[in-house]
Order: sequence, then structure tokens, then C-alpha cells
Amino acid sequence: MGKTIAEKIFASHLRDSPSPANVVLAIDVVLCHEITTPIAINDLVAKGMDRVFDPDKIKAVIDHVTPAKDSKTAMQGKILRDWARRHNIKDFFDIGSNGVCHALFPEKGFIRPGYTIIMGDSHTCTHGAFGAFAAGVGTTDLEVGILKGVCSFREPKSMKVTITGTLPAGVYAKDVILSIIKQITVNGATDMVMEFSGDVVDQMSMESRMTLCNMAIEAGGTSGICMPDRATAEYLWPFIQDSYASIDEAANDFKKWHSDPDAAYAKELKIDVTGLKPQVTFGYKPDEVKDINEMEGTPVDQVYIGSCTNGRIEDLREAARILENRKIAPTVRGILSPATPATFSKAMEEGIIKIFLDSGFCVTNPTCGACLGMSNGVLAEGEVCASTTNRNFNGRMGKGGMVHLMSPLSAAATAVAGHITDPSKYI
Amino acid sequence: MKNFYGPTLFLDRSDINTDEIIPAKYLTENTKEALKSHILEDLHLQGFDPGKDIAGKNIIVTRSNFGCGSSREHAVWVFEVNDISVVIAESFARIFRQNMFNCGMLAIELSKSDIDALFTLGTDTVISVDLEKNQITAEDGQGRKKILSFKLNPFDRELVMAGGWLAYADSKY
Repeated sequence: MGKTIAEKIFASHLRDSPSPANVVLAIDVVLCHEITTPIAINDLVAKGMDRVFDPDKIKAVIDHVTPAKDSKTAMQGKILRDWARRHNIKDFFDIGSNGVCHALFPEKGFIRPGYTIIMGDSHTCTHGAFGAFAAGVGTTDLEVGILKGVCSFREPKSMKVTITGTLPAGVYAKDVILSIIKQITVNGATDMVMEFSGDVVDQMSMESRMTLCNMAIEAGGTSGICMPDRATAEYLWPFIQDSYASIDEAANDFKKWHSDPDAAYAKELKIDVTGLKPQVTFGYKPDEVKDINEMEGTPVDQVYIGSCTNGRIEDLREAARILENRKIAPTVRGILSPATPATFSKAMEEGIIKIFLDSGFCVTNPTCGACLGMSNGVLAEGEVCASTTNRNFNGRMGKGGMVHLMSPLSAAATAVAGHITDPSKYI
Repeated sequence: MKNFYGPTLFLDRSDINTDEIIPAKYLTENTKEALKSHILEDLHLQGFDPGKDIAGKNIIVTRSNFGCGSSREHAVWVFEVNDISVVIAESFARIFRQNMFNCGMLAIELSKSDIDALFTLGTDTVISVDLEKNQITAEDGQGRKKILSFKLNPFDRELVMAGGWLAYADSKY
């Protein structure tokens, strides 16, 4: 019997099998941010266990609330900063170099095919785009990861999602993943790795694959995962060129991780995206999804473009296609948070920031920002936001607020119209 | 080991997410105790009053996919500091379930019919969990009683016995 990519990664990282259904894996990279790590640090200090298993395998960033908004968030940043210094964690990203963790860490080349990655953040599944097993964990798992470099998981079951057809103009990875979540529900991939494959995925950029994998958790998935290929090798080339003679050689080597043709899957799903329309959520769960034309005319107060789902350069380019030479509706507050400093800088170079500013958007520094209503961009009770983020939970962006998830293109079109609208009429 | 006995809070809805259990705006707290009064503050459930309905409860019975969403262990700690150590559901989101056992608390899965049976009991139901017999005994004020068996993953059981994953991992790895 063949193995899935997740099974291959598990087998190569196995440290212990405490029961037939459970494994303890060696972890290649432990990622940390200032919201879930400080409590782990405080607990380790209190227990006299203030150690790290390997400072070079720990990466940390302040991204959720930055610059700090009050004394409490300033303290969270300070605890993480002091800890990184005390343990000589060189890959620590603070103001000036910080950005949304799941966009920043891939850019730095920290994520590689075949790696095991944990972080105290549910959207860690994003990194599966590189052919890694990447799972969000709680603070206790993070503590043990920091201390021992291990984490426990149940044996990985996989769900194979084969995506075929041709993406219509104006339809993106975000629309694809929303339509998948609609089909399988918020519980559809619980305890499973969502393995994305098929022609559409093969043709996707790394950014789009990250969008796809990012929302695996919204269907309950442990990790999203894509087969590492030439696109992966091209993205990683600046970081791996000393290890391989050519990009093709790297891509070829990555094939060792690919799922075998006779691998077993707990579930299989095939979707053809040829007729797919832009998608939008309508309720408080990410599986409450409709074609955007069914929500046409729903007024919005705010449009947010950013986050680990859709704050990368490709996303900003798509939104700018619509915003160029247009103004957003006077009733709409437009907020752009480029996900990383590199994204921000590239968007400046390409004139995209100016397009956003000229259209009436405000542009913030790279941060998780409005996505989870912790820092800026919080909604007032009864307000509505069209957002490129990943969660529409009740109260997510502020108590009593409503969030409609959509692609950057749909969000830009909605900002111009002042209400939810199909972006196709603007392109 | 924690206390696995007490009055029960029934939450009759599936997909209750971590933002409902503890909203993100409280994640700036650096102590578990500071979360206490914000338990289930944003729960979207008709007739539920977090100010009145939670006091004195030690066990939660709910439907499927409980704890979906964020990885925040705060969603477990807010139960811990309110003396709730057991959640019984049809199913859990993976991270929430793992966080419960990692903290030495119980996330028990029962079949839909068993959960339905628990929901027929009154709001004054008291549940006790017997980890040796793998049995839940639930009884309400009118003397209606349900005895239900459950299965626990052996590793999860070890974590509960050890008082959580940190203690277990520190002694073993």
C-alpha cells in the first residue's frame, strides 16, 4: 500500500508511538507570535523550565497587534521580545520587519517541503502549500514544542481534494476554497489533512496555494497540503540554491514527498471549477456560502483587504485592477493591510499603494489588523464588512458586526459599489 | 486529577466556535484568571444568558464540532478557571480536543443518540464521569437517570492521569 504525503512526513519524523492511534513527531520549525506564546513563556518560567530545544528552529513575530495599542499588548510584545533575546532566537521579527506570520515566514524561506511545523495559531495549515505538514496547536503544545521539539498527533487520515477544470476570469483560490467548505461543511475535514491536487492546483502560484491551504482549518482540517513542485522550488530558490544544482533538480527531489498513486484516503472529493462563480459567506460560519450574485446589493460599511488568507502581493494586484481610476463609495471605509513589509514595498514599487490611496482606501502597516477585531478596524454593532479574511464568526471583527468573506477582487468591487457585487462587471 | 463531577450546562447547538467561548479581544490577557468573567460571552444561542446560566456548573453537554475555529487554549482555560473540567459532545474540533487533554481535562465523545438522551434530562442534571468504568451517570431532579459508556483514546487517558501534556512530555522526552 502506498503512502500519502502526510504519511511520508509522519514516518520520517516519528519520535514515539504512545498508543496505536497516536504519534509524537519531531518538529522542524516552531513558529511563535505574541498572542499565544507569552502565556507559554510565563508558564515555562514559573515552572523553572525556561529553555528552548533549538533557537535556530524557533521563529517569532509580533503581528497581531502591532504597534502595540495599549499596556497589555505592549507587555505581550515585551515578553516575546525579551524571551527571543534571552534565548538568542535570531529569527525574531519586530516593528519594521514584522508582518502577518503565515505570509512572513514563507517569504523568509523557513517553510520547506517535508517539514513538520507547529504554531499556536490555527491558520498554520497555510504552510502546507509548500508540501509541509503544518498544524495549529494550543499553548501547551507550543510549550512542549519550544522545550522539547516534539508534538503529538493522531495518525494522519487524508482527504484528497482534486480540483480540475479552468478557473473563470475573476474567480480565485479564495472562491475555490469557500466552495469546498460549503460542500463539506465546517466539520468536513476534522482530523484529516486536506490534500489539494489536480490541474488547477498544479497551475496555481504559491500565493494561491497558501490561500487554499489557509482555510483548511475552516473545514476542520489539521493541515492543508499541496505536492511540492517546480513552483515551490522557484519560490524557495533564493534559500535552497546552495543545496541544488538547478531549480529542476530541486523540484525533482521534492517528488520524494509526493503521495503514491495507490495511497489510501479517508475521503475523496472532486470538483470542477469551470463554471464556478465568485463566492461569498452570508452567516456566522465559513460554510454558509453563496454565489456572489445571490447577495448582490447587500450594503457594507467597511471593506478589509489583508490577512494571512489574502494580503499577499498577488491579492493586492487583483484588487488594484478594479480600484485603478475608480473611487470607493463614500459610505464605505476601505482598509488595506499589506501582509508583510516585502508585500508593502513591492506594492509601492508597482504603484499599487497609490491606486489604493487614490481610490479612498486607508493603508495600514503589515498586521493581522481587523481580521480578528483585536486592534484596528473593529466594527460597531450592526455594521457590515466585506473582508478577504478567513472567519465570519459572530463577533469576530467586533461585537454585533457581520463579516462577509470573499476574494480581493470581489472585495474591491464591493468597495466601489458600496454593496456586495459581482466583480465581473468591473473587469 | 481534576474533578469530573457536577451540575451540567446544556448548550443545544453545533459548531460552537472558540470566538464565542472567549472573544479575541481578551487574548491580550496574560493570566488565565483574567478570562474568568468572559466565558461564553459571545455565544450565539437563543435564550442563553452567560451571566446566569453558567454559575455552579462543572460539566458541559453540547452537540457536534464543539470548539471549532482558533487554536487559542484560552477557550479551555476559561472553562478551567470556571471549574468546568468536562465537555461532552458528539464531536470536537481537533485543536480544542487536544487542548482539553493537554490540560488534563476531558473532552468526551458520545453518539448522537446518547447526546439526544442527555438533552432529554432537566437543566438541573448532575453528571459524574467514572474513568475506571468508562461510564457517565447523569441524573436530573426528577430522578430521571442515564448511564452511558464512552471510549477514551489510551494516550488521552494517560494525559488526564499525568495532569496534562507538559508533565507527560517533560518526564518522557
